[in-house]
This record gives sequence, C-alpha cells and structure tokens, in this order.
Amino acid sequence: MKQSNVIWVVVMLLAGVYLSWRAVSYQAGAVYVAPKIVADADSGKSFTTWSKVPSVESSNPGVEISWPRTLGIWLSALFTLAIFSFLFGDNVVYKVAESIFVGSSAAYAMVVGFWSAFMGIFVAQLAPQFSQNTFMPGDDRTEPEWLMLIPLAMGIMFLWRLMPAGGWISRWPLAFFIAVFAGLRLVSHFEADFVVQIKSTILPLIVFAEDGAFDLKTSLWNSTMVLGTLCCLTYFFFSVEHTGVVGKISRVGIYLLMITFGVGFALTVMSRYSLLIGRMNFLLKDWLNLG
Amino acid sequence: MDKFWNSLANLDRRWLFALTFLAISIPLLTGIVLPQKVTPMVENVFNAIDELPSGTKILMPLDYDPSAEGELQPMADAFIRHAAQKKHKLYFLTIWPTGVAMIQRQVATLKKEYPEYVYGEDYVNLGYRPGYEGVIKLITSDLPKLYGSDQQGTPVAKIPMMAGIDSIKQFPLIVNVSAGDPGLKQWVQYAATPFDSIEIVGGTTGVQASTLYPYIPNQMIGMIAGIKPAAEYEKLMFEKYPEIEKRPNSNMANVFMTSQEVAHFMLIAIIILGNVVMWQTGGRRDQS
Repeated sequence: MKQSNVIWVVVMLLAGVYLSWRAVSYQAGAVYVAPKIVADADSGKSFTTWSKVPSVESSNPGVEISWPRTLGIWLSALFTLAIFSFLFGDNVVYKVAESIFVGSSAAYAMVVGFWSAFMGIFVAQLAPQFSQNTFMPGDDRTEPEWLMLIPLAMGIMFLWRLMPAGGWISRWPLAFFIAVFAGLRLVSHFEADFVVQIKSTILPLIVFAEDGAFDLKTSLWNSTMVLGTLCCLTYFFFSVEHTGVVGKISRVGIYLLMITFGVGFALTVMSRYSLLIGRMNFLLKDWLNLG
Repeated sequence: MDKFWNSLANLDRRWLFALTFLAISIPLLTGIVLPQKVTPMVENVFNAIDELPSGTKILMPLDYDPSAEGELQPMADAFIRHAAQKKHKLYFLTIWPTGVAMIQRQVATLKKEYPEYVYGEDYVNLGYRPGYEGVIKLITSDLPKLYGSDQQGTPVAKIPMMAGIDSIKQFPLIVNVSAGDPGLKQWVQYAATPFDSIEIVGGTTGVQASTLYPYIPNQMIGMIAGIKPAAEYEKLMFEKYPEIEKRPNSNMANVFMTSQEVAHFMLIAIIILGNVVMWQTGGRRDQS
C-alpha cells in the first residue's frame, strides 16, 4: 500500500474512533422533544404535539429523547459521510447512498404529486362525496366537476404507450402538452427576455440630476450598459467579417463576455462552498453537538 | 529546493480536502463573524419588505429543496423573520414537490418564534401544485381554481385570510426563494413582467444569479444571490430589529459567510501557490 494511503487509512480510523467516543459520551445526534397539548376548537378534542428543544433542556420535566428524530439525524449524517467518501474515489458506500437518494427523491416527489394533484385536485373535483368521506373531510364541494374527465382521458391516453398495441395514442396528449408549453414559453420569453430587455437597454448616455447638475455616476453606468450590450451583440453578428473597427468592437465584446463568465464561475464556487458549509454545520452542530 | 517544489507538485489532493475541512470548520466552531458591508441591492430588497404597511399580504413561493438548503435556508429564514416582525400576512406555496418540506420548516420557525401568529389568519400553507410555470400563469388570473384547499386539505373558503383572494395580482409583493427552474426566473417571466401591479424580490443561488441580474431593476426590485448578500440582509435586519439577533440561529448567513471567506482566502492562496509550483517545476509532475 502506498504511504499516503496508509496515512489516510490511519486518519479515517482515528476519525471513526473519535466519532464513536463522541456518540457515546455526548449523545451525538440525540434529539430531545417537549410535549404541548393543543385543543382543536372545531372538534373540541385535544391532542399532543412534540417540538424539538435544545439538548441543554434535556433534564427538564416532560422532556424526552425522540428516537425517530435521533435516527433521522444519524441516517442523515451517515449518508452525508457516504457521499463525501467520493473524495477518496468511487466506492460501494457512495454508490449505495447515491442510489438510495435517487430512489427516495423520486418516491417522495411521486407521493407528494399523488396526494397534491391526483387526489387533491383530480379526485376531489371529480368525486367530491368520495373525497369528503375519505381524505378531505373539510371539503364542502357537492357537484362533480365533469370537465375533469378531459384530463382523465388524456392521462389514460398517456399511459397507453405501456400497452402492447396502439402506442401512437400517447402521442396525442404529448402533442397537446408540447403545444401548450411552447405557446406559454414563446409569449413569456418574447416579452420578458426580448422586448423588456431591449427597453431596459434604451438609456440616456448623458444624465443630469434633478438640480441640473451633471450626474457622472449614472452617465457612466448607462454608457457601460449600452456600449457593453452593443459590443457583445457585435461579437455574435457574423454577417460582417470581424476585421477593422468591427473586429475591435467584437474583441471588447469577448472581453466583456469573459468577465461575465468569470463572475458566473466565481458565483458557482461560492454557491458550492455554501452547500458544503451547510452540510458541515449539520455534521458538527446538529450531529456531533460541537460548538 | 527542487525536491520541495516537486513534493508540492505531487501533493496528494486529499490534503487539500483536509485543508478545506479545517478552513470551513474552524469558523463554524468558534462562531467568529466577520463584518459585512451592505450593498445597495440588498438594501432595496430589505426596503421592499420593510416599507410595506404592517399586515400587508405577501406571497412567499419557496421553490427549493434540501440539496440547496445550505445556501438558501439562511436567506429564507431572514425573509420570514423580517416579514413576521413587520406582522405581514404570509401565503406560502411551492411549485417544487420537495419544497413542501421547506415550507414546513418555515412554519415551524414561525410557530416557535412568533407564537402570536395564527394559522389561517396570519399565515397559510397552500402547499404544492404540479404544472411548473403553468401554475404561475394560472394563478395570475384565478388562484382558487388551482388552490381550492391548503396543504392539509382545508378548503380555502374556510381559511379567513384567503377571503377575497382571486389572483396573485392582489399581492403587493412576491418574495420568492428559488434554487432553479421553475423558480425566480419564471415568477419574473409569468407574473412580474406582464403585470405592472406585481412587484417581486427574490433569493436565489449564486449559480443562477448571472442569468437573473438582467431583470433588475425593471422586472425585479432586487435579489439576494448567494450567502454573501444574505449576510448583508441579516445585518440590516439586526440593525433595525435588534431583538431578532438574540434568537438562536438567527445569524446563520453571517456565520456561513465567515467560513466562506476563510475558504476563499485558502482557495486564492492555493491558486497562487499552484501557479508558483508550476513556474518552479516547469510543469513537470512525477507520474510514478
């Protein structure tokens, strides 16, 4: 084994020993909850809710450890470490964590979509009596919304592609959705990203303040905006050869684009660090009770 | 000396990971907070919420998921605390299925820190509806058609603060926190741009920021892009409402930003060192 690998194995073992000691001695990841009795004005009944309290209040009367929440913290921490293990190379622990993440995310989105859209909108409107008797007791709709039969038919047509024959039927609802979203996006992009953007670039290059004095700052700002936009557009204008004056203007456009890419890249680095800091904060404070 | 430069050129990258771990962890554990200078854009976002009369209806779409929590949670917390401090009426919704859990976190913060806030009278959780930007398009003209009930299934007719709400054009301000598409861009495209009555401010990830800056100021009042402006927002909030600073975890953006700054210093130092090593070794690297 390479010397560097030996060092890292030792470091990892020491970290494991520390974590085990921390878990036993300081109840790492332990979540304490306190009960609160809430009265429901409508039904006249009361029920108990449990809210998280700081670990320093663990000895207060009524406060007890919440095993499901504690298990959640531990699972979350171990999966975070499993994903971090990719820093040492691709490995089976990382692959398992990645697969579980993908699977659980898809399942979560499906369940939320099922209850929010299928049951909450579709079934509730098409069969209000059924929904009131089962999952939406507070709903006071009485008449079915028969227009919901149209999305029902389209949904069935969508699923028809799973049938051995007549797969082409699924193309009709697909064509409908493509047309709707293409239309929606065309209009919104044209207005928000084209017309209004052009309007935003039509600015006075020389600006005077209300008292008649020359406003140097705004003038410079507006000039940079207008000239910068024109330089960048010139770079993407390929009908004229980029030589002479046009070449110089397009060169300025390239520099401006490079600055923009640099800013974008720096913002991305900041963004990624923020995510790492968020996870480190969770590991150090929520899990290990440090700091 | 050559041996020293060669050893640096062949440094195991895991030492850099360990260095990053230390650069981030030490500020987190010590709780050191570096000062922030507030920029005009953050001031505009702050004023957009602060200058509204108390009790104003604010639509708060939270379109992000746990994978962006490290960056967006501190700013979402700041928005909620600020709006609650001003006693605004908060209408939560999301067009991300995983955004439901993010709303629940904010609701938990409200319940804990602002117990006087009553569900249905001061805040409501309208939950998730599928349809991407189609949701935004529809609720600009008919909100009850899509949101017939809240997240718990309670009909909106039974929620006092939903009385008289026909569309999102009735909200003087939208405060969106978004991690991608559909998100802030679509709220600007489908709500703020076509309707002059709708004003919007947003919080977003640094990755998205460069695509959203062109919308400011004509289509969007301002934006909190990443953890740095979130820290500035907290600073403004603490200056005006010092009582918020005493609450636990209310300065998370500032704590995170300090870690961020230390990590950035480290990164800059490594980039400079890497170039010096390259220059000293002539780009040679021991492949053995």
